[in-house]
Amino acid sequence: MTRRVYVYKAFERFWHWMQAILIIFLAFTGFEIHGTYTFFGFEEAVAYHNIAAYMLLVLIVFAIFWHLTTGEYRQYLPTFKNVKAQLDYYLFGIFRNAPHPTKKTVLSKLNPMQKITYFALKVIMIPLSVISGILYMLYRYPQSSEIEYLNIDSLEVIAILHTIGAILLVAFLIVHLYLITTGETITSNLRAMLTGYEELEDEEENENKEEKQ
Amino acid sequence: MKKIIGTLGVIILIIVVAYGNLTTRYYEEPLLDKLKEKYSEKYVPPVDHSKYKILKKKFKKPQEVTEACLSCHNKTDKEIMKSNHWNWEREEYIEGRGIVSIGKKNAMNNFCIGTQGNEKSCAKCHIGYGMTDKGFSFTDPKNIDCLICHDNTETYAKAPNQGGKPDPHLDLNKIAMNVGRPKRTNCGVCHFYGGGGNNVKHGDLESAMFYPTKDIDVHMGTDGTDMQCVDCHVTKHHNIAGKMYSLSSMNHNRVYCEDCHTSTPHEKSILNEHTLKVACQTCHIPVYAKVHATKMYWDWSTAGRLKNGKPFFEEDSMGNHTYLSIKGSFIWKKNVIPEYKWFNGTASHYLEGDVIEDTTKPVVLNELHGEYRDPDAKIIPVKVHRAYQPFDPVNKILIQPKLYSDKKGEGAFWKDFNWEAAAAAGMKDAGLPFSGKVSFIHTEMNWPLNHMVSKKEESLKCNDCHTRYNGRLAKLTDFYMPGRDRSELVDTLGEILIYLILFAVFVHGFLRILFATKFNKKRSAA
Repeated sequence: MTRRVYVYKAFERFWHWMQAILIIFLAFTGFEIHGTYTFFGFEEAVAYHNIAAYMLLVLIVFAIFWHLTTGEYRQYLPTFKNVKAQLDYYLFGIFRNAPHPTKKTVLSKLNPMQKITYFALKVIMIPLSVISGILYMLYRYPQSSEIEYLNIDSLEVIAILHTIGAILLVAFLIVHLYLITTGETITSNLRAMLTGYEELEDEEENENKEEKQ
Repeated sequence: MKKIIGTLGVIILIIVVAYGNLTTRYYEEPLLDKLKEKYSEKYVPPVDHSKYKILKKKFKKPQEVTEACLSCHNKTDKEIMKSNHWNWEREEYIEGRGIVSIGKKNAMNNFCIGTQGNEKSCAKCHIGYGMTDKGFSFTDPKNIDCLICHDNTETYAKAPNQGGKPDPHLDLNKIAMNVGRPKRTNCGVCHFYGGGGNNVKHGDLESAMFYPTKDIDVHMGTDGTDMQCVDCHVTKHHNIAGKMYSLSSMNHNRVYCEDCHTSTPHEKSILNEHTLKVACQTCHIPVYAKVHATKMYWDWSTAGRLKNGKPFFEEDSMGNHTYLSIKGSFIWKKNVIPEYKWFNGTASHYLEGDVIEDTTKPVVLNELHGEYRDPDAKIIPVKVHRAYQPFDPVNKILIQPKLYSDKKGEGAFWKDFNWEAAAAAGMKDAGLPFSGKVSFIHTEMNWPLNHMVSKKEESLKCNDCHTRYNGRLAKLTDFYMPGRDRSELVDTLGEILIYLILFAVFVHGFLRILFATKFNKKRSAA
């Protein structure tokens, strides 16, 4: 039996889509600044990139606050339990139309592989991009004044770290977009993130099943 | 509660964006208006020199004019005699060399090379009378040429090869009664023609600057503020601010754009941040030699060819000499894009007699100091003049040839066309050794560009430099510049990663579709 459950709260959805728009826009303008292609023109690309960067920073502050106060951060604490089962599912089970090895519930929305990936996203990729991005913005020139300990001799290391962060985020984005289609139906995950509601298997029934097994 | 947080988030995002957009609105427009007003005011001289009796008497010699000037300006001769314009040398500290006296007397260039042995001709641009190749009395105040700088009739001119004497046909009374604050024409008669012709040396100072339009120079444009040289080259007690690093070495007594415009004149703060490392001139002088061509290359080694025993010349399509028997071959260019260098305000110079150890690369006659890490250094635009000039391969020193003489047989190259004789005579005058052998060596000279400032619409755009290939700063590689630089390793690995992931996603998706149809068939079959 399935039940329509409210999985993604309003702020969570707002945060998710805002972050999606900003990161895609930052990547698009960022790779123009990097010299990969020309679209807006260097000057405009830099101006837009900076505005979007400030917006993302504000959003991140709110998101951290929300995760801490609601305790939702626990969703991302990585676990290695069932990782193999999940990997088996993506590599084999999915083709045989096998059931998902882990059940999605409101208290545990993420499967073990998602937990590890999102944990890495939140403690490695996003901090790498954000911190290098802030240094990029603060960096003036060597031996400039004001904040003495922020004086770095060259933009090179900062810029290359920022590029690495951006490449990893784009890689994440591609995989993320694809895995959206691996829900119960092709669009069920997308619909859940848009409306907040998702058809989930009855939790009591699950528990009963697990007990029987 | 959730809705409140959501709405709050949106509101704060909007505020941040608005703040980011609106806070860059202060800028120098009011300052610019003030400056325009200040320099549009016409200069009114405090006295009328035509009323003075002493200037009405008939002058037979230019020295008599000087005496008349000094009878009122009775301490000015002391000021003049301290100036570089008079002494042609000054004491400067040069890194690695200490305090030296440097100037036209002992520095060498890669145009007509140097003054020694050629004083009589070179004196056309000395503010004195009576210079000969035997020497000059730098202590006689009567020899000061006041009129070359202060004539306001625009008629005063020095005669060629007369040691600095004026053209004998001039009306010295009329000129003396019309003296005043120096105009562009006073400075220009020498500074626009350095190197023996219009715009030979500087590239940004030439006859078009006598009466330029705003398109040529935004400050001096006669259709604009019509500024004079001395408006920026502020002068106190005949000490003129501003210097040229063809001869200067030290970072003092300079004129900066920032003196009037401040270091944060732009509307956009991102541009103001650039002023820490990029000189104003870099963006605001996008091209030089806008009207007449300037000399870019001088090959002395071809000099001396004669047709039927006589010297000859050849010209390019713009009417510039491409060959002169007395000087060699030249390349001229118009609307030239500058080269860019780091510069901290100090320079070192090749001085007469300096031994050149490495003869495989061009000798830089005035090296500009600076690099990215140097807190005082900024990127400046430079005209680089290259030459192939006479060199003593045994003593490994540049040759100072004797070029000018009024008669044959004294060794002057311009009369006798013999390199060995010219070198022997010139080196003897300069008190330098000469091995008897003449070869040639490549040299470079840096001429920082400060004039021909373009209108702001024509200044450089971001992507003139921030571009991956062939940007204006492509040769300055000692720093990381966004848009130009990247780690090839990171970019290549990143590309491979993205392609692998795309490939994996497509294969996975394809297999899912394939198996899904299979299962459906099985199901429908069952």
